[in-house]
Amino acid sequence: MPPVMVIARLTVQEASRRRLLLALVILTLIVVGFSAWGFNKITTIRRADGSLPSAEEVKVVTSQLLIAVTFMYSGVLALSAAVVAGPLISSEVESGLMLSMLARPIRRSEVVIGKWLGLGVLVAIYAAGSALLELAAVDWATGYVPPHPIQLILYVGSEGLVLLSLGLLLSTRLSGITGGVIALVAWLMAWIAGIVGNIGTGLQNQAVENVGTISHLLLPSDGLWRGAIYAMEPDAILTTLRTGGTFARASPFSAVDPPPVPYLAWVVVWFGLMLALSVWSFRTREI
Amino acid sequence: MAAGTPAIHTVELSKRFGKTVALAGLSMTVPRGEVFGFLGPNGAGKTTSVKLLLGLIAPSSGEAWVLGRPVGDLGTRRRIGYLPELFRYQHWLTAHEVLTVHCELAPLPRSSWKDEVTSALETVGLTDRANDRVGTYSKGMQQRLGLAVALLGEPDLVFLDEPTSALDPVGRHDVREIIRGLAARGTAVFLNSHLLSEVEQVCDRVAVVDHGRVIASGTMDQLLTGTVVRVRVSGLTPASRGTLATFGQIDEEGDQLTFTNLNADRVPDLVAAIVAMGGRVHEVVPRHQTLEDRFLQLLEEEES
Repeated sequence: MPPVMVIARLTVQEASRRRLLLALVILTLIVVGFSAWGFNKITTIRRADGSLPSAEEVKVVTSQLLIAVTFMYSGVLALSAAVVAGPLISSEVESGLMLSMLARPIRRSEVVIGKWLGLGVLVAIYAAGSALLELAAVDWATGYVPPHPIQLILYVGSEGLVLLSLGLLLSTRLSGITGGVIALVAWLMAWIAGIVGNIGTGLQNQAVENVGTISHLLLPSDGLWRGAIYAMEPDAILTTLRTGGTFARASPFSAVDPPPVPYLAWVVVWFGLMLALSVWSFRTREI
Repeated sequence: MAAGTPAIHTVELSKRFGKTVALAGLSMTVPRGEVFGFLGPNGAGKTTSVKLLLGLIAPSSGEAWVLGRPVGDLGTRRRIGYLPELFRYQHWLTAHEVLTVHCELAPLPRSSWKDEVTSALETVGLTDRANDRVGTYSKGMQQRLGLAVALLGEPDLVFLDEPTSALDPVGRHDVREIIRGLAARGTAVFLNSHLLSEVEQVCDRVAVVDHGRVIASGTMDQLLTGTVVRVRVSGLTPASRGTLATFGQIDEEGDQLTFTNLNADRVPDLVAAIVAMGGRVHEVVPRHQTLEDRFLQLLEEEES
């Protein structure tokens, strides 16, 4: 097995042996169980006059609640990726574990890429597994399936990979705690900057709108989150938003359009740049 | 790659960390198949030297070759074993798994992994705990595991950085035997150690480093040429004690004077001089200089 795959396998093995995977699986099952019960209540809840909500109302309410639940999932994923990636390299440098590894015929780029791949696989598995479970639970409870479930999984998983990439870059130079905290703060700031940008769109103020655009380019987590939202919105919601004009775009839990293709291409470039920067940073670090 | 090249050769190798000079022009040669002791006080630059030779850090200036190739050469690392001073291995893996990972990274032929791992575990005495997680190991056992990692693949050169710092006397004896075994099969060993008696027992050649440069080097016979003479005296004034400095460097401790580098032929002259100054000689104990005596002498000379 090439060194990069050995490092990737060790990263997955570590998460498994440290029971991180088990903890995430148990928590996910609990959340899915509770949310299935909650979503089921939407179909049986009655108005003051005793009538049940219509199928269209159930669909709209479920789609909005699903966006909120998915936001929680993406938050857990981003938080987990940042916290796990933060110490991924720094802790092994500080403890001395890296010394014996790097004395072998292995390039530092292979260490960085191997760790990114290992944690990336975990992020992808968690994103896909939890999303599929949640979507299956919602479908069972309400009969609602979002319009673009595959894109939803890809956007949420990519958001996790963004935080993983940022955490890994910081991990090549900073301690685990410092790197993890910075990654989390950056994620929250990017989210807020995205909202500010939306407000700029609503007010048709280019300068304020640019805040969101720049933050989406620097850290694409919020840009991808918008894509996930779009993937969950039924036509009824989209129609309402589009007729609402620019003000309808100011909400942090709505998206009128999917992320444009050039932006998605930039995200791919961004991943490449982050990995290249991480490799350069680790290669020039003295152990 | 020429087999006749030295195991290690450095020319004016230096390393600075900001304004701190960790290594100031290290020039040395370690022949193949020899056990080479690298001695020095804390902060002398020993571990920095090992990291430079392994390519873990880059030199500020100078050049170095390991097994005939420039430092950092990936192919050369296949033939190097390394036990770091800060030994730490994946504590969520078993010792067997850690060794297998290093077989993969070395990389050794897959068909040899089982024998390599079994042999390394047996050599360091961890066979019974091979399937226990490293996290359950004592520090001494983890250091033994580090030694096993360094032995994988019958390397041509092994760096051991303080290899007995966590070991009990039995473990230290075992390590000495392992080092002798390595030397017997032609492996060069670069041994960093504070335990001078240990170095004295196993090393063919030593270099003493202080403030980042070699202040003495050679075989044990070349280095340990003097005699140490301990004299128990009374009746000498401080001034007359001072005049005895003509016989060499003196360590004073109560009524005992230790001359750290005195030719045995001059012992009668020393006794006569003490008596002539009104002193009484109660005991004279000459002995061969140990590495510790020489080490301390070199450092004191360096300070003065």
